[in-house]
Amino acid sequence: MIVTRGLTKRFGSVLAVDHVDLDVRAGDRYGFLGPNGSGKTTVIRMLLGLVFATSGEIEVLGKPVPARLREVLPRVGALVEGPSAYGHLSGRANLALIDAAGRAGGRRTRRCRIDQALEHVGLAGIDGRPVRKYSLGMRQRLGLAAALLRAPTLLVLDEPANGLDPQGIREIRDLLAGLNQAGTTVFLSSHQLAEVEQLCTRVGVVDRGRLVLQQELSALRPATGRVIIRSPDADRAAAELNGRIASRDGDRLVVAGADPAELNARLVAAGLRITEIRPERRSLEDLVLQLTSPGADRIDRDPDQPGGDRPLSTGGAQ
Amino acid sequence: MIRVELVKLVRRPRTWGSILLLCALPTLVAVFIAVTHVAPAPGQGPALLSAVLSDGSLYPAAALALVLPIFLPIAVAIMAGDGIAGEATSGMLRYLLARPVGRTRLLVAKLISVIAYVLGAVVLVAVTAYATGAGLFGTRPVLVTSRGLAASALATSLSGTPMTAADIAMRTLGAVAFIGVSMLGVAAVALFLSTLTDSSLGAALGALAALITSGVLVALNSAASVSPYLPTRYWLAWADFFREPILWRNIDRGFAIQGVYVAVFLAAAWANFATKDVTS
Repeated sequence: MIVTRGLTKRFGSVLAVDHVDLDVRAGDRYGFLGPNGSGKTTVIRMLLGLVFATSGEIEVLGKPVPARLREVLPRVGALVEGPSAYGHLSGRANLALIDAAGRAGGRRTRRCRIDQALEHVGLAGIDGRPVRKYSLGMRQRLGLAAALLRAPTLLVLDEPANGLDPQGIREIRDLLAGLNQAGTTVFLSSHQLAEVEQLCTRVGVVDRGRLVLQQELSALRPATGRVIIRSPDADRAAAELNGRIASRDGDRLVVAGADPAELNARLVAAGLRITEIRPERRSLEDLVLQLTSPGADRIDRDPDQPGGDRPLSTGGAQ
Repeated sequence: MIRVELVKLVRRPRTWGSILLLCALPTLVAVFIAVTHVAPAPGQGPALLSAVLSDGSLYPAAALALVLPIFLPIAVAIMAGDGIAGEATSGMLRYLLARPVGRTRLLVAKLISVIAYVLGAVVLVAVTAYATGAGLFGTRPVLVTSRGLAASALATSLSGTPMTAADIAMRTLGAVAFIGVSMLGVAAVALFLSTLTDSSLGAALGALAALITSGVLVALNSAASVSPYLPTRYWLAWADFFREPILWRNIDRGFAIQGVYVAVFLAAAWANFATKDVTS
């Protein structure tokens, strides 16, 4: 779906993207992670032909970009650095203009497409209010609707959950999962690691313009070989499992041992009450924080190296 | 895409606001002249204004003379300067290009929308001016001419030769076309600047700065060697349509120089925009 080889972008003396080799496969729900200013948005812009790469190759939907953008882009829905719309027009009028721009899609079916896209994102009942009176969440939904207009094969979404409330985030997650099941490949960037963890099947992590990790999410989070137990009888449980306790915090025990079932049977047999028992896994958050450096929006004093090849995002994801 | 741009142009409040202002100034002037019956003496004040009291159908040309120096260039520079930069500011540029709209295509659509605006504005100014002129100063009815009563249907051209109503219409049309093309030169410069910056105001002001510079140099004797190549040098040549015989020399040169400016700046706009990183 998306393949890049040695993708590099330099803005003047600033190296924004450094030899990135992305591999997004058909049917993936790909989470593209990284701190602010790590080059995520620049990569997304290059995939869409907005920014031209300094070197390296891009293939989207099996075709080279930007050489064959005209064949690629009609099958791609995109949300880049927040939604945009003409403030003085209504949401529907905006979608009609966006739909009429570009070639694909007949005029007769436009109304139908717009209604469907609005239905998808939960804006089916919008009235003629101009977009400048929309809330942040409504704009975000409208932006998503614009991305969905032509039933794309590939969705490229930059921070799709931005500005949405928890309920909205969940709706969008369900929507994306549903579209993915129907065959759409989803490529999204996000800071909300919990969201990514719940939605994505595969992640790529960028730091300072480099792709530092790209893997199946399930492979990234193997059990640590320890089990977490919560029990009101923690004291007795600790005594029962003497020697295997790795750490204890109130009623929460971390126990060495890969099999929660065996531990559970043993504790219950001893007459202990167990409220929770599960294998310990590293969270995506731990992983990403470990792999990446502070975002480019954090400016620490650095007396040795003023300037230098510090990566910078284009326009910055503020 | 061209249709989309035209729809955007028509649905935009700014379009109609600016045209309304452009039409309001000549109307205001016409009311003052009609109430006081004091027109500027021939040779003073804006061209042709002295003649409108005798024939209101000359007023469209006079109205264009009123808006040409400042109002019209400002309106055109703002609209054209907004072309690409405005889309960049609103964040729609990236979505249009990702739709996809080819970059050349988008630029052409913007250009056509600006041309439509320029012609629409100039024609609407002429039409409202004709209405106010005819209403306030009266015209000699065409019926009279057809009966052969030539004397009452004649207006005085600047050179003092009689003109028929059809003659006035043709000459006014020529002036409208000439001013339209002159404004296209402004539009091309503003559109080029619009591809350079993400600020539509910056692009508009840049184009106006270029015009003011050109105006200053045209008036400067020591810059006489470059003056034939300046964009505003022949702006006022449209008044030559109202001479007998029509003085084609400056009119032709005006068309030619605007043609060169339009071609050069559009080519530059295209070259820049087609290879630009869109980071807005």
